[in-house]
Amino acid sequence: MKIGVCVKEVPDVGPSRRIDPATMRMDRSGDRSLNAFDLQAVEAALRLKADAGDGEVVLVSMGQSRALESLRKGLAMGADRAVLVSDEAAAGSDLVATSRVLAAALEREGVDLVIFGQQASDSDGAVLWAAVAERLKMPVISQISEIEVSGGSVTAKRQTEFGYDKIKTPLPAVLAVSDALNEPRYPSLKGIMGAKKKPQEVLSLADVGVDAGDAGEAGSRTTVAALNPPPSRGGRQMISDEDGDAAEKVMAYLVERKFV
Amino acid sequence: MSTLVFLEHHGDAIQKNPLGVLSKAASLDPDTSGVVIGSGVGGLVEQAGKYGAKKVFVADDPRLEAPLPQPRVDVIAKLVQEGGFDTVLFAASVLSADVAGGLAARLDAGLNWDLSDLASEGGQLVGKRLALGDTVLADVGWSATPRLGLVRSGSFEPAETGGSAEKADASVELSDFSTKAEMVEQAHEEQTGPSIEDAEILVAGGRGLGSPDAFPLLEELAKALGGAVASTRAVVDAGWYPYATQVGQTGKTVSPKLYIGCGISGAIQHKVGMQTSQVIVSINKDENAPIFEFSDVGVVGDLHAIVPKLTELVKARKG
Repeated sequence: MKIGVCVKEVPDVGPSRRIDPATMRMDRSGDRSLNAFDLQAVEAALRLKADAGDGEVVLVSMGQSRALESLRKGLAMGADRAVLVSDEAAAGSDLVATSRVLAAALEREGVDLVIFGQQASDSDGAVLWAAVAERLKMPVISQISEIEVSGGSVTAKRQTEFGYDKIKTPLPAVLAVSDALNEPRYPSLKGIMGAKKKPQEVLSLADVGVDAGDAGEAGSRTTVAALNPPPSRGGRQMISDEDGDAAEKVMAYLVERKFV
Repeated sequence: MSTLVFLEHHGDAIQKNPLGVLSKAASLDPDTSGVVIGSGVGGLVEQAGKYGAKKVFVADDPRLEAPLPQPRVDVIAKLVQEGGFDTVLFAASVLSADVAGGLAARLDAGLNWDLSDLASEGGQLVGKRLALGDTVLADVGWSATPRLGLVRSGSFEPAETGGSAEKADASVELSDFSTKAEMVEQAHEEQTGPSIEDAEILVAGGRGLGSPDAFPLLEELAKALGGAVASTRAVVDAGWYPYATQVGQTGKTVSPKLYIGCGISGAIQHKVGMQTSQVIVSINKDENAPIFEFSDVGVVGDLHAIVPKLTELVKARKG
């Protein structure tokens, strides 16, 4: 079974994480790492491969060429290789453009299963899997809290606002897992050392057969017009329990606010 | 503008959030239409009319009974192409997000998500979106039509206009791949006891509790304060606490007067369900927990020590 895991490099959370007001794009010049939500997707793929007894786990991504450094975390966890579409013409891609590029890269790989994590921590996006499934003309199941693959089909438990749904579909299929599905493994030292030597392919848009005009800003349909400060929540008070008096301080606050 | 709103239903009623989106859309575009998709759903037209829909398209087919996204993409795509809608709006939910994402790819249409407001500025539709952990409010737009938008849960209150809607049939032609996924079983817990949505005070527990054994500590505190206990997806999926108490993207959206989060990191999944709480107090041993970014009071320490002590203080004061 060949499993493609869609992963993304994201800017680290912190004061430097911002949208560049000149380009209205995410500033990707600071510290970056693999989107934490993608680790559960990698973990799920590794377990499915282990259960199947054979197969291949391929990380598929789009981003700057140096995003390979972040992708190595997934390789260190145990993924077999990485494919990164990196092209200047792909910068600034929105959902429509990104789904086109990823679907093209996945099609080139010919995978049996595509797995996404719960969301991207930079864009808060949680819709890409549905767009990719549409382009690949594959069935999709999202918000998954349990997966079972057997006999060429996958059965997954989906959590919704109303409870749990059990959904079954033949392969190939696109799955999006929840961030409560599993505890991603920590890469071993051996895994980290070996990650650099695993195959890592950097492809252009032309390599995956996408026209430059169908990616990046040219291929996008959404815009960001202005950036404003958010509505204020007011000040925040931090209390430390170092002196063992946090409960008293919280109590004083609750009394002051008339909750008690 | 020519707007279509996807009116997601559960049981025999349209959900509150899509009705809120419908009301907002109708205030921007008096000719707003809605679409209901399912099996035996014709009766929902009346409800939609009361909240501002001029016309409601009904896709009624046994194959549409299960709440799966891809057949809904087929129905809405056809409506947009044939009906000439330039705007399609959704209230965020597990189902609607997947429908919107699929529709964006089908129609090569721009999709903006997490919208907390919509406005018409100079004849152009503008979405307001809180981004980067709510540190920036962006004005987002569309460079082409159709425009697709997913609205954050709880953004708009449904406003009854007392109108009535014209009913129209939507044709149902499903793609091969859209019908491959099948619903095997639906397990929807019936709620017992008071809903966490009604409680004025909530004490919520997450993975940081360490084990289900710590929940009684929260129950004691909630009881002392006259509130209820809520939980996160991580502990519900782990089987530590009932699904009916789950707050978040796939759980309930709550806005209590006081929310006390214990051992909760503040994952976005949870945050979207509780960020409109009036006062947020968080207890977490990790000083870098994201929940502190949107808390009014952040307590760095061991909840297993702090919570029982707080319970005693509350009890003592109440006598």
